[in-house]
Amino acid sequence: MEEKVIEIRGLKKSFGDNHVLREVDLDLYKGENVVVLGKSGTGKSVLIKIVVGLLTQDEGSLLVLGKDVKKLKGKELNALRLKIGFSFQASALYDSMTVRENLEFPLERNVKNLSRAERDKEIEQVLDSVGLLQAINQMPAELSGGQKKRIGIARTLILRPEIMLYDEPTAGLDPITCIEINNLINQVKETYNTSSIIITHDLTCAKETGDRVAVLLDGVFGAEGKFEDVFVDASDQRVKSFYDYNFITQ
Amino acid sequence: MSDNTTKNTNFISPKLDNFFIGLANAFRFLKRFFVEVWFPPYEFKEVVRQCYQIGYNSLPLISLTGFIVGIVFTNQSRPSLAEFGASSWLPALIAIAIVRAMGPLVTALIAAGKVGSSIGAELGSMKVTEQIDAMEVSATNPFKYLVVTRVLATTFMIPILVMYTDFVGLMGSFLSVTANEKVSLTTFFVQVFDALSFLDITSSLLKSVLFGFTIGIVGCYKGWNSPKGTEGVGQAANASVVMAMFLIFIEELLVLQIVNFFRMP
Repeated sequence: MEEKVIEIRGLKKSFGDNHVLREVDLDLYKGENVVVLGKSGTGKSVLIKIVVGLLTQDEGSLLVLGKDVKKLKGKELNALRLKIGFSFQASALYDSMTVRENLEFPLERNVKNLSRAERDKEIEQVLDSVGLLQAINQMPAELSGGQKKRIGIARTLILRPEIMLYDEPTAGLDPITCIEINNLINQVKETYNTSSIIITHDLTCAKETGDRVAVLLDGVFGAEGKFEDVFVDASDQRVKSFYDYNFITQ
Repeated sequence: MSDNTTKNTNFISPKLDNFFIGLANAFRFLKRFFVEVWFPPYEFKEVVRQCYQIGYNSLPLISLTGFIVGIVFTNQSRPSLAEFGASSWLPALIAIAIVRAMGPLVTALIAAGKVGSSIGAELGSMKVTEQIDAMEVSATNPFKYLVVTRVLATTFMIPILVMYTDFVGLMGSFLSVTANEKVSLTTFFVQVFDALSFLDITSSLLKSVLFGFTIGIVGCYKGWNSPKGTEGVGQAANASVVMAMFLIFIEELLVLQIVNFFRMP
């Protein structure tokens, strides 16, 4: 049987009277890309923020690499976080630092005993893998949206994570750059052997990158499976109408 | 991160509830600072960088303001002293005024405007753009890297800036004095130091440490807890300045009472 890297059962999260996640169950298997689809405000980002420990669930269980995230604190939580890469929707690059310094920041704090030369080599290698070695000395403000996304992904890859969490990786990008980002997500999976949860409302991204898709509707997963199965055989009208599937396939 | 703050439950009245909730959150923030400041990892490099940002970058404004304060205060005081034939007391009067009150207060108010607002805006902007969350998920303690370093830097640098302002202010005063009377620099500074007591200098420095800490912690608190959105960044910067200035005046008053208690024969 395939190894589960994330196991979510009965997860609930509310903000005041707003019940964002009502009863979420999800498994992520090793080497798999799962795309979580849903309209804006359905709690997709909340879900992965709970996975990485930025938020805590109200109820339900969450195991990441066999560890209960809610019970982890301090060093234990940090040790787990080093195995999880989080690509933010707006890239979240440190805007007072150059691209090199952005990549160096997590590296020098979490990987000890690296010489200057080894650190430089590591940074250059990761930047090369996202195709942006030439941007090494640029400031984030000088980069385009797509480049920022790539650098954001590179910054997480530098710690060699086992799990990648992508929050709206193609949001706000032009179609060509979206294709490049989709290809990069697949390339990361192959090169770094990662398992990923990809949060998006972009069906093309879901189709291109997901081994499996799960549609989040009103705080629960309305449908789950392979992209074609979910949208062709959808019994739930909300899943059918999520986007015009025929339009996409044409 | 957002889970750690007290939420409004409408217990008494919305305004009063918000006040007490704000107070509780501020004390929690303060407590977290005093806990985290002692434990490694120590971000020395970032503290030094912040000291440079806060200290060196504030020098032009502080120099100009301190110098003008020295000149203006001397010119304004001269006629009153001359009326009693006590113009020779001018250096002593200026020294007491600048070292005891004007130097620390002027420096702190300028720093609250320049440094406090920039800390509030920077942290607020980092929160809005999820940079603080990005640090947290890369196993770096953002509180230690962003808050502790900035508060230490302001606490350390404001007293140095105050000493510098005192010096520049006294030099301005000296220029103003020599324009009217023939006094050498040595004589001027002998009179200055004769007028000052050990208590004046230590209380001025301790007060500056308090002002520096206030500017740093208020700027960080407001930035760290800024509402989401770009409007929140502006609000954080503005609130940092207003709150820091308000607290500085209260602290000035309290320190004055304490020092006067020790000064009494």
